[in-house]
Amino acid sequence: MNYNWHWAVLLEKEPGGTGTYLQYLIVGLGWTLATALAAWVIALTVGALIGTVRTTPIKWAVRLGNLYVEIFRNIPLIVQMFLWFFVVPELLPTQIGDWIKQMPPPWGAYLPAVLCLGIFTSVRIAEQVRAGIQSLARGQGMAGTAMGLTVTQTYRYVLLPQAFRIILPPITSEFMNVIKNSSVALTIGLLELTGRARAMQEFSFQVFEAFAAATVIYLITNMIVVLGMRALEKKVSVPGLIAAGGAPMAGH
Amino acid sequence: MDAGFDFDVIQRSWGYLFKEGMTFTVTLTLLAMTGGIVFGTLLAMMRLSAFKPLAWFAGAYVNLMRSVPLVLVIFWFFFLVPYIGAWILREPNPIQVGAWMSAVITFTMFEAAYYAEIMRAGIQSVARGQVWAGYALGLNYGQTMGKVVLPQAFRNMLPVLLTQTIILFQDTSLVYVISATDFLGAASKVANRDYRLVEMYTFVAVVYFVISYGLSTLVKRLQDRIAIVR
Repeated sequence: MNYNWHWAVLLEKEPGGTGTYLQYLIVGLGWTLATALAAWVIALTVGALIGTVRTTPIKWAVRLGNLYVEIFRNIPLIVQMFLWFFVVPELLPTQIGDWIKQMPPPWGAYLPAVLCLGIFTSVRIAEQVRAGIQSLARGQGMAGTAMGLTVTQTYRYVLLPQAFRIILPPITSEFMNVIKNSSVALTIGLLELTGRARAMQEFSFQVFEAFAAATVIYLITNMIVVLGMRALEKKVSVPGLIAAGGAPMAGH
Repeated sequence: MDAGFDFDVIQRSWGYLFKEGMTFTVTLTLLAMTGGIVFGTLLAMMRLSAFKPLAWFAGAYVNLMRSVPLVLVIFWFFFLVPYIGAWILREPNPIQVGAWMSAVITFTMFEAAYYAEIMRAGIQSVARGQVWAGYALGLNYGQTMGKVVLPQAFRNMLPVLLTQTIILFQDTSLVYVISATDFLGAASKVANRDYRLVEMYTFVAVVYFVISYGLSTLVKRLQDRIAIVR
């Protein structure tokens, strides 16, 4: 293979003048994490709400929840990204649409990317939350009612605290997924880690150094998240239950 | 939104969208599914093997693929495959591969890691006594796996394998980043040529939704049918 390896390229200045290529990639990681974390907040909030609603006996709310889940689960992420970026601003009232379209560079892509990833991930969180609540013994809810708790109180004090502790492991892998999926935002012009690796390859022609560096950064990030989450899992695991490995699920 | 919708653009580009774009998407999905399940099953068997280096290699491969974004993997293979091709064919320079071949190889190799995890769970779901029974009958490893364990593992995991394939079908749209003309790529080219982004992307979303939702309903029905057996 006659490819000219030149690892020192990582320490050379990138043409934008912000520093070395390595710094350029690290800032990319910053954008990846900023996107993933903001989307994560949306995903957890909306996902917990929708997932909970789908276990209640309120029929119309369950149907609405199901509709929400089916819509955002059955459209590819990149297509959803394009919908938020190209289509939504056109459908909004002209003033708001123009305001969104005229946002200065990183934010014009950042906002749709966060919304898109947040909603996309919320569906998967909702599925986990629902499965978590349904995995609890039926007696738990009944005991709540027998104690004179209202439905809201039963959820708040009995069902949800247990469910959240049980579903922590699958939720961890969803967090990894948000980090990975944020790379799709490069298609709407957000220069996160993968986007910057591609840009670096275009500027420097050192294809494999750029992608290898990005890969290593992703692997390190992964490792840190896994270790952190494992510590958290140990702390909140429900005593007396066999550690929930979760059923094998298709996914990314 | 005062521009008014022009759904005529969909009708005008129908042939291009489906004959070219959707054919690419569906063919890619089917090839990557077949290749991915074959390689994934091999990886799963390697990972469960008692021969440590093999288990280690399979584990490292699966974990690596599952730790990096698909978009990055697509880029990797897009640039790497020409070099690997040149190395195999002993050419002095990177060979021309093109987006199609590159996409097929990428998705096969990437999805293999995900199918491998499913197949591993499937193999582990088969009762251990089945393996012993196979050996007791005088079958060797290959026969026990091929005739006893894998058919059961495959059957147990069929709904999950199919669900993963629906995800694969959706993920193939990411070949957009190497400018391939899949369904999304074709729609995007028409959208930019005629400046009809709203109509085209809405249409693409609807088509993907109808197909994915239809398939997942079928999988759910299948799941109910084979779940009763045990």
